[in-house]
Amino acid sequence: MAVVRVEHASPSSRIGTGLLLAIVVALAFAPLWGGREDLRLLSEIYSYVALASLWNLLAGYAGLVSVGQQAYVGIGAYALFALTMFAGVPPLVAIPIAGLVATVISVPVATLLFRLRGHYFAIATWVIAEVFRLLSAQISALGGGSGTSLPATIVISIASNRAVREWLTYWVSLALAVAIVGAIFVLLRSRYGLALTAIRDNELAARSNGVDATRTKLVIYVLTACGTAMVGALIFLQKLRISPDTAFSVNDWTAFVIFITVIGGVGRIEGPLIGTIVFFILRQLLADYGSVYLLMLGVIAIAAMLKAPKGLWGLVADRFGWQMLPLERRVAVPGDVKQSPQPKTP
Amino acid sequence: MHWVNIILQGALTGGLYALFAAGLSLIFGVMRLVNIAHGDLIVVAAYVALMVTSALAINPLMSIIIVIPIMAAIGYALQRLLLNRTLGNDLLPPLLVTFGLSVIIQNGLLELFTADSRKLQAGSVEVDSIAIGPGLAVGTLPLIQFVVAIAVIAALQAIFYRTALGRAFRATSDDRAVAQLMGLDNRHVYALAMALCMAVVAIAGVLLAVRANFDPSIGPARLIFGFEAVIIGGLGSMWGTLAGGIILGIAQAIGAEINPGWQLLAGHLAFLLIVAIRPEGLFPKVQG
Repeated sequence: MAVVRVEHASPSSRIGTGLLLAIVVALAFAPLWGGREDLRLLSEIYSYVALASLWNLLAGYAGLVSVGQQAYVGIGAYALFALTMFAGVPPLVAIPIAGLVATVISVPVATLLFRLRGHYFAIATWVIAEVFRLLSAQISALGGGSGTSLPATIVISIASNRAVREWLTYWVSLALAVAIVGAIFVLLRSRYGLALTAIRDNELAARSNGVDATRTKLVIYVLTACGTAMVGALIFLQKLRISPDTAFSVNDWTAFVIFITVIGGVGRIEGPLIGTIVFFILRQLLADYGSVYLLMLGVIAIAAMLKAPKGLWGLVADRFGWQMLPLERRVAVPGDVKQSPQPKTP
Repeated sequence: MHWVNIILQGALTGGLYALFAAGLSLIFGVMRLVNIAHGDLIVVAAYVALMVTSALAINPLMSIIIVIPIMAAIGYALQRLLLNRTLGNDLLPPLLVTFGLSVIIQNGLLELFTADSRKLQAGSVEVDSIAIGPGLAVGTLPLIQFVVAIAVIAALQAIFYRTALGRAFRATSDDRAVAQLMGLDNRHVYALAMALCMAVVAIAGVLLAVRANFDPSIGPARLIFGFEAVIIGGLGSMWGTLAGGIILGIAQAIGAEINPGWQLLAGHLAFLLIVAIRPEGLFPKVQG
């Protein structure tokens, strides 16, 4: 019997991965070639790449359509402010701890949410985010409903030199985005990834083949909460000011994130990357028009959903069979050089 | 007597929540559409009422007669031109499209009417009250709202279970493919359901605008109350939706009495508690 291997890479993924690594290296050197504004903009882009990738993992792969991920952005942000202001934790150390806090909170939340399916699940995630927003407004030590600013001493504790401080937060936000996308890649390549693909294609069939769908989804939900909270902590470390309405904003942390993912392509790891680039190009082009910009964004998101439901990357992948990262699984039989077209699982 | 009063006032507020929810309950029951823009459409109705009252110089409560057909027409067109194209087994397309619609409406209203708070003046009816016992009185306006809510829900219930249109709604709700085989045009049936939903939205919008200040950003909060009432009540049950609204209103009133900051929190926690115990709601008629 021939030994069968599973191949992941393809010519397009070799080029794509190389290109992606080159871009990351170039971005790592951004403090050398970019100004203060560039770094700020890039950091914001990384945050959205990370948030959209996490939402994509949750909704696109695990089928858990949440409209309440702002809960974890807010929890992460509030945890960072509380840890640095009351416990004296260094800000950059507080980021992973904020992720841990969200992990702990997400387990009981998931126990409740997982009793619900589909639409009810989606609505309940939003209600839970509202509960956390209202609870955060009760924390008078953090300014209650009107919020508070991060004291200057804490900001300076990152690094006393302003330029060094900005570089450091820039690198941390790049590293966090790369780590999150990398972790999602590793997860999708693992047996969890295979289980997720199986669940997405047919949950009943996956269950009958021994996939523990509920446990897999729970793991994804909790990991996503952890990552989202770390990104939230970092976003508000850069904003320096927090309030319940901004930290738990459904438009900023969920609606735009969904737009990005759908425009780029739901259920593909490349989708959020492409979607974020499109989102920020639009924003730079239309920023002068104020609320008309958001209006246009809504129109574009609707048009994308109706005309290209698989997103921009979906169009490319369907047309050319490209993949940016080696995620597909092809069965390769040694000796069988000229293979007949194999069924692929993206 | 103090607590009786609080529960009474809460129940009356719940009537308004049931109005927010009635339209949602209808379209959710008929086509499983989660309309994220529902709250923003209520705000649109409020602004339409604002324009109608200032153009014709009539009492806001009278403007309902004009706002209803306008909103129903918008609803029919919206469903026919946009939302029908999103329906299917996938949850994401309708969710994303209505999220987009929500952002469009909020920012469109912001462009047209600025972020200023508005309110419709309905005259003395706003402050009148009726004594119903020793130390117990209800405001005329909340009472009107509550009675209107009951009337609307009774009407929807009657349409749903006693008319040919309602039979079409129930048929498409049960099995859209078979309904189509029986000669129903689903696109038209769905559009009629949305038109009916928006007629209720018109009533809710006007009553909201008379009762409280509104601005372009308040839609999503109304939406959440509406969803909560629908889910508490159970899918397909209009009276359940009314019960859901009342439970929500009472929970909020009790929460507010304990601590003013807990008003909304108490409503959400009551919702989560009920969902934890009965995920399908209290009086489900249709399987989700």
